[in-house]
Parts: sequence; C-alpha cells; structure tokens
Amino acid sequence: MDNIAGKKSSLTWAVHISVAVLVVLWLLPTVGLFVSSFRTGDQIATSGWWKSLTTQQRQNPAIRLSGDEVEQDGLFVIEGQLFDASGAEVQRWGTSSRDTEAYAPGEIAELSKGRTVTVDAAGAFRFTSEASQEGKRLPRVFTTAVSPPEFTTDNYNSMLFDEDNSESMARAFFNTLTVTIPATIIPILIAAFAAYALAWMEFPARALLIAFVVALLVVPLQLALIPLLKLHLAIGIGKGYLGVWLAHTGFGLPLAIYLLRNYMVGLPHDIIENARVDGATEFQIFTKIILPLSFPALASFAIFQFLWTWNDLLVAKVFLIDATGQTTVMTNQIVELLGTRGGNWEILATAAFVSIAVPLAVFFAMQKYLVRGLLAGSVK
Amino acid sequence: MHPAILGIVTIAVGVGACLSYFYFSNQLLDKVIFPAKGPNAGRNINRANMVRPWLFLFPALFALSLYLAYPVIETLRLSLTDTRGDGSFIGLQNYVSMSEDPKFWEAMRNNFLWLLVVPAASTGFGLLVAQLTDRISWGGIAKSLIFMPMAISFVGASVIWKLIYDARPEGAEQIGILNAVYIWFGGVEPQTWLTVPFWNNFFLMIVLVWIQTGFAMVILSAALRGIPEETVEAAIVDGAGPFKIFFKIKVPQIMGTIVVVWTTITIATLKVFDIVFAMTNGQWETQVLANYMYDKMLRGLDWGMASAAAMVIMLLVTPILVWNVYNARKEMR
Repeated sequence: MDNIAGKKSSLTWAVHISVAVLVVLWLLPTVGLFVSSFRTGDQIATSGWWKSLTTQQRQNPAIRLSGDEVEQDGLFVIEGQLFDASGAEVQRWGTSSRDTEAYAPGEIAELSKGRTVTVDAAGAFRFTSEASQEGKRLPRVFTTAVSPPEFTTDNYNSMLFDEDNSESMARAFFNTLTVTIPATIIPILIAAFAAYALAWMEFPARALLIAFVVALLVVPLQLALIPLLKLHLAIGIGKGYLGVWLAHTGFGLPLAIYLLRNYMVGLPHDIIENARVDGATEFQIFTKIILPLSFPALASFAIFQFLWTWNDLLVAKVFLIDATGQTTVMTNQIVELLGTRGGNWEILATAAFVSIAVPLAVFFAMQKYLVRGLLAGSVK
Repeated sequence: MHPAILGIVTIAVGVGACLSYFYFSNQLLDKVIFPAKGPNAGRNINRANMVRPWLFLFPALFALSLYLAYPVIETLRLSLTDTRGDGSFIGLQNYVSMSEDPKFWEAMRNNFLWLLVVPAASTGFGLLVAQLTDRISWGGIAKSLIFMPMAISFVGASVIWKLIYDARPEGAEQIGILNAVYIWFGGVEPQTWLTVPFWNNFFLMIVLVWIQTGFAMVILSAALRGIPEETVEAAIVDGAGPFKIFFKIKVPQIMGTIVVVWTTITIATLKVFDIVFAMTNGQWETQVLANYMYDKMLRGLDWGMASAAAMVIMLLVTPILVWNVYNARKEMR
C-alpha cells in the first residue's frame, strides 16, 4: 500500500528496527528471570544474568586456604582445591586484597616467615611452610577466573520434587488447579444459558438486563470483598474452596454473559428460526445448535477466566487462604517468598516460572481464541 | 477429603446441578404447568414462552445480584456504619476519618498519577506497535511476543521487574539490569529504584504498562485493519506522507476504539492491587487505593473505613460505567 507513493525503502528499515527494539524491550524482563531460574544462587548474586550466556571472567571472593597438613622433605605442605572443578579456569591470582591479580597460574608466591603458595589454572593450590601451621590462620587467596556458561535444573528439582522443601510449590500448584478448574467451567455453563436468553428470546426488560450486565462489567472487585466475606462467614461457608469457587463464578459472569451474548447475536437467524419451525424446543435449540456453534466464544471466555483465576491473588487471599496456610495458592506463595526470601533469586525466579509456565502454555496454544474473545468484548 | 477430589466432585455436582436445573425446569414448564395440549394449548404455549427466558436467566441473575449488585449496596451501607462498635449509623464519619489519614491522600495522589500515565502509555505503545507491525512479514510473531505479558500474573510480573530493579552495594557487580545500565552510563551510586519517593510510582507503573500494551495492541491492530483502504489510497494520491496518513487519516477513524481501549485500561488501573502489594506494599509513598482498602480490611480490620475506600474506587469508576451503559443502549436501538 505504502509503496504506491514510491518512498518505501527508507522507512521500511526504520520500521523493522523499531519493532525489533520494542520486541526485545518487552521480552527482556521475562528472559532475565527465565535465565536466572537456571542459575545457582551464587551465580545470580555475583553476576548479571545477561553475562551468563557467554564465557565470563569474574573475580571470586577471597578463599581462605584449608586442608590437612602433611610433612614432606622438612616442609609442612597443605594441598587442596580452591573451588569445585566446574570448568572454571584461573587467570590471575593474588594473596592480598590490594593486589588480587599479582600472579599468573603456576607462579609461586613467597609469603613472610618462609611460607609459599601456588595456584594452578584448575584451581588446585599448594601451600608450604617451614614451621607447622597447626592452629594458625592460613592466608587467603584471591582469584580471577573465567568460567564457561553454566546452567542447572537443580532449582526446579528442589522446588517441585523435594518433599522436605518448605518452599515446595507442588502443593500450591495443585491448590491453584483445584481453584481454577471449577471456577472456569461453572460460570461458562450458567452464562451460556443466560446469554442465549438475552440474545434470542423476546421478553420485556431484555434491554434493561443487558444494560445491567454491562454496568456490572466494570464494578470493581474491591466492593464485593467485605459484604461477601461477611456473607460467607454468616452462612457457614467460611474461608475455603467453595467460597472461592462461588466468588470467581460471580465475578466472571458479567464478562461471560457479555462475550457470549455478543457472539450468539451474530449467529445466523435462519438456523434458529428453522429449528423452531421444525418443532425443536428452546432447550434443544440451545444444546444442539447454539452451544456447538458458539464454541469459539466459549473457548475464549474459558481462556480468560482460566488466566484470571490462575493469576489471581486478591480473591484467593480474601476468600480462600486461612490461618492454617494449607490452602495457599501459587501467587500467594510467591508473595510470601518475596517477603521472607527476597534476596534468594534462585528460589524466587524458579517459583515465579513454575507459576507462569501454565498460563504461558495456554496463552501460546490458544492465542487465536484469546484474541477473538478480546475483540468480541471490546470492539463493537 | 483431598481438595483435588473435592474439586472434581464440585465440577460434577456443579455441572450436573446446572444441567439438570435447566433440563427439568424446562420439562416442568412444558409438560406440567403449561402443557401444550388440551383446550388451552395455544394459550399455554404463549405463557410457557413468556416464562422460559426467566428460567434460562435465573441462575445467572441470582449470582450476579448476590455477588455483584448486593455488595455495592451493602458496601455503601457499611461505609456509613460504625463497624468496629455496635454497627450503628454514623453518617459520613468513616469518610471524615479517612480524609484525615495522610496515607489516603497519598493513595489518591498515586492513583491519579497511575490514571494519568498507564492508560496513555499503554494505548500509545499499543497503537505504535499495531501500526508498525501491520505491514511487516514477521509482524505476527512480534505481536505475539509483545502480547505475551498478558498471560503473566501481576505477581509473576512483580518478581520479573524486581529483578530488573535490584540494587547491589556500590562497587559490587550489579545483577539488576537497570542499575547495570545506569552504572554503564556513568552513574556512580547504584539506586534502589523502588525506594525513591515519587519516582518509584513510575517504576511500578511500567509493570502495568508492560502488561497492558499487548491488550491495546491487539484491539487497535484489528481496528487499523478495519479502516477502508480507499481512504488511505486517496490520501496517498493526494500526496500525504506516512505520518500524515497515520495521524490525519487512520487515528481519527479508529478514535472510537481508542476510547474503548483507554477506558478499559483505566478500569484495570483503578483496581491495581497485586503489583503494589507484591513490590512495595505501599511503602515509600507508593500506596494506591486498592491496597489501602485491603490494608484497612485485613490488617486494620476496620471494615467501615475499608468500605469507604472501596466506595471511593466505585465513585471513580462510575463515569465510565454510565458511559458504557449509555453506549450499549445506543447500540441496541
């Protein structure tokens, strides 16, 4: 279209580049956390995640030598390994914090009182002394090493499969599923019947009811919290799964009815009229014709409701999570980790990704329906 | 009982109850109350058809009334009563004590900032991306990736962005990318971005903009596609440049959709809770109304004040509510 005017190329490049920049900006945060979830806590704390993708030179914190003393040829010798053989290669090392890169691997450092120390490229050290060092503090060694990219799935293993792990997300995962699935299915069913009545049945007050639904569409959740919590406590539901299912059903209904009605109104009039003429009851028309035809709209609402209930924190906190903490959901678990283990990025990143994984999978698998639903809900 | 089993039972019971309610109530209506036979067959069919919509609507209307309509009135009532005492009517006392709370005004100011920035930024970025990706070959993938944060929970997004804002002591290697960039550009002291009053609000807003842009983009992109080609062609023939076409031809034609997107994001912004709760919990002057209300409700246990705060949110939503209803009614005519 734009090339009619004949000035295409100059702008096309600008467009490609700006889109690329925007995509990278939007993707970067998630990628950062994703990469971090595959690194050990040490790695995350000592270098930025963006550096983990390439071979890195890094300064290790000082390591104090330690090991068993052996007497050899009149010298007292301690040998050992500074760090686990993880592919890291020592480039420079030193024995003083003032000059941490004084020596190359293999060089021997002469210390005071006839002591020497040497470190090789693989991180093995050899310390010698003329007098026994029993009970004395051994010198510290500073190293600068390069290490290849290194990733681990340990975080996921301990988070998902370690029975003893107090941060275990497994229970929260199943709790979240338990909340989500009934809270997705039940409103669809109720809303589908109501939407059919609002779309295809003639009765007084229909327009008024549609306006009612549209109005409730924007009523903030915050208003419903206190009265409903009072109600649940009064009728004995208390805090629990039943309460949270009911709450999610109630809160999801306006959007469900609105979306499904908009879709059903667009279905061809003839089909329904023909079925009526052929003597089908309204119930039959609904179950045999409308429901199957409305599948795209049902799917898009199901995705919305699933994402919303899965990602919800507020409703779960008010209607579900009690003092015992047995019924915690993943979002709440993460918030608690943020409070208590705010610095442990390996735990946080992994927990966040466990909870993000399911909605992301649903999102990419069903994106078509999600977009369709959004359009039906907003553009009219 | 194990919650998973309870869940399955609930699905079965819930779905079964719904289906059997609809089935049997229809049967009852057609076969027992108004049978379509006998001397009054015609009248009965008409009467059955008058009742039937209400059978279909009843569960939904019941749930909507109980879970959304009744709470609006009940919250209004609670906001006017002394919930910590004997529950007597105290007029506007809750509102008065709320207006004396500096935290409330902080929340109001911040909510106002959020309303100013987030819908505008999300819609703006969304429109930009929608327009840019419209004509390029890999636009679909680009859109899909920018849309992705929609699926991420606010809490997950908070963790993601907290890593970005992370600060290490001066001299240490920065693991938060924002500080790393800041140092790289010559900053000396790493900033703890979330504790800088006033500006930290914007760092929280970025999270919501990041999430909402995809939504705006999807809808605006569909609207842009719906613009009649002739209008654009005519503009090109008349010698309009790409910028002129965009601002003078395209934007005016999708103005209606832009307003819808803007208001939808405005409502989401008014209700923002999780992001603030997870990232700062209202400390360092980042309080917002929804979190203020939650604070009063579950920590302060002052339901009267919490209801008053909720009513303030409702009040702010009301213009959009009225406008939506007005438009919906106009469309139906």
